[in-house]
Amino acid sequence: MNSRDIILQRLSERSGGKLHQPECDFSVLERPSSSVTERVEQFQKIIESVHGEVHRCTPESWIPQLSGILSSRGARNLLIPAAHQIGRALRDSGRDDLPELLIYDEPVTSWQAHLFNEVDASITSTRGGIAETGSLILWPTPDEPRLMSLVPPIHIAVLEASGLYTTFHEAMRVQNWKSGMPTNALLISGPSKTADIEQTLAYGVHGPKELIVLVIE
Amino acid sequence: MTQTPHHTDVREFHPRARAAIADPKIRKNFRKAMDGLITKRKDAFEGWDLEALRDLGANIRLRALANLPDLLEQLEKKLSENGVKVHWAIDGDEACRIIRDICVARNAKTVIKGKSMVTEEMELNHYLDDHDIEALESDLGEYIVQLAGETPSHIIMPAIHKNTGEISELMHEKTGTDLSSDVEYLTASARHQLREKFMNADVGVSGVNFAVAETGTLCLVENEGNGRMTTTVPQCHIAVTGIEKVVGKLEDVAPLLALLTRSATGQHITTYFNMISGPRKPEELDGPEEVHLVLVDNGRSSIYQDDELLDTLRCIRCGACMNHCPVYTRVGGHTYGTTYPGPIGKILMPHLIGLDEGRHLPTASSLCGACGEVCPVKIPIPDLLVRLRQESVDGDKLNPAKVRGHGAKRGTLEAMVWKGWSWMHARPGVYRLGTKVASRLRRLQPGNLGGWTRYRTAPKLAARTLHERMKERSQ
Repeated sequence: MNSRDIILQRLSERSGGKLHQPECDFSVLERPSSSVTERVEQFQKIIESVHGEVHRCTPESWIPQLSGILSSRGARNLLIPAAHQIGRALRDSGRDDLPELLIYDEPVTSWQAHLFNEVDASITSTRGGIAETGSLILWPTPDEPRLMSLVPPIHIAVLEASGLYTTFHEAMRVQNWKSGMPTNALLISGPSKTADIEQTLAYGVHGPKELIVLVIE
Repeated sequence: MTQTPHHTDVREFHPRARAAIADPKIRKNFRKAMDGLITKRKDAFEGWDLEALRDLGANIRLRALANLPDLLEQLEKKLSENGVKVHWAIDGDEACRIIRDICVARNAKTVIKGKSMVTEEMELNHYLDDHDIEALESDLGEYIVQLAGETPSHIIMPAIHKNTGEISELMHEKTGTDLSSDVEYLTASARHQLREKFMNADVGVSGVNFAVAETGTLCLVENEGNGRMTTTVPQCHIAVTGIEKVVGKLEDVAPLLALLTRSATGQHITTYFNMISGPRKPEELDGPEEVHLVLVDNGRSSIYQDDELLDTLRCIRCGACMNHCPVYTRVGGHTYGTTYPGPIGKILMPHLIGLDEGRHLPTASSLCGACGEVCPVKIPIPDLLVRLRQESVDGDKLNPAKVRGHGAKRGTLEAMVWKGWSWMHARPGVYRLGTKVASRLRRLQPGNLGGWTRYRTAPKLAARTLHERMKERSQ
């Protein structure tokens, strides 16, 4: 018998006999209904408490606000999605105060060193957010690959206020995640951080040093 | 690179405990960290019905364990459909061989690792090192511990036993950074050192916090982003997990995640919650081409046989029991000499290494009950400690013990004393005569009663026995 069969047999033929299966009551996760504004406020409060930055925008104002954010940080370039409406809007904006716009359109192996060393900021969409924990939901795609939200020192995420859920449980239920998961799904709740040196918080240890959320209301 | 040493001798618990208690630096480092974590955990659960949430967490884990063989098969099937290759290992050695074989097949020379306690359990770094494959830890705490040639002293905060000054000196000596107490500078230096390694590593090895059978999803909880780097940048990702980490439904991870991060470090959630369900698809531009999962038994299927001890398999590795343990806080994680220190280690390790080696572990507790009170999945740790203490001195044929090495603490003298004691107590005449003689000879009683009098005054026998006094009273 191979190891797989030995392990499965030992587990199935448990000497103590069949185990009891308790009921699981998920009602402890339920929250009273709240308005979009309340959820945005809760999201902002929580994510700011872990060093995330929130800018509340409108469909008209987000590009000028983004431009201000990037120039205040001296970003030389911005990695944008090619197909997503966010990327298209930026390319079509015709603004000359935006940094150089880059597109992630070839396998990472061909430009890994450039991505790691030369890209200052990236912008991605989100599949919504979670108010209770100040989290963003990202499902990377070929248009917005996984490393876009991880490697550049500044990650900017665009969140539609209407896409804010109260809890993680609610988000995965309403979006029916169990019917099919992507190769990689993420919750991101702040910039990269560590407290491994004497419990002292330090940001940007391996991932982005700054997480900036543009909430479109 | 410095290699991780083999674990120290577990049997030497007492000398190490004495040394740790005498070391003010160790005590200060742990005290400071643990006190902070206790407060943070308490604050993080404010506004929650914590008891109901703990019940849910415990029930989800119990339900998963009740279905364990089926869930493992379902997990394997789902992951295979998603393109992940699943391997099974009966013990740590087999798991190490599986990982080496994957590396050899890819001609891989360098492995970058995310945090994983099961790979500590099987001493993977050591094994790979012996087979000319470099394994580098990328979690900052693990990186520091590896630079020092040590093992983690806490399952969540591996380098908690060191203060900033010690870490600065270590990094200066091993990596050439400037001597500085600026944590931002030290962290930035590690970021710089490790970024190169992420880019060049052939294989990434990570642990798993929850494996979801329903969707074939591997969940990883982390703050730094090293876990995402490890599982995304190298062309091959190998996840390693104990067989008990599987849960049935995707929705099960929501309450477990809420319990895990709040119990561990008092965070509402960690920065990254990474859910991996397969290798990159042809149209995707990054992510590993190959994803493997190694399911490790290493003694878990034995624990699974016993109704009571099975509860240890519920553990979600938050470390709250350590943070709240008065013994752990005073002696630190290295004293235990085991992969998992503190209360959970004291009930988990005797199974994995046997009670003959781990005989001191169940007694390294004041039985104050704090560990059981904070456990997010309600593992009755104090009850299990008592059970294991009993097993460690077991010689009772009526209640045969189950843990390997049971009876290891049973001494011949002690066994004889108890045998005599039970013989005498079963014979009233002998008992009355014996106690009468003992009370008359009380001046001859020795002041030194071994372990008892090391920290206490010896009890004195009364001048007259209870039987005599009762007799007087009734006259």
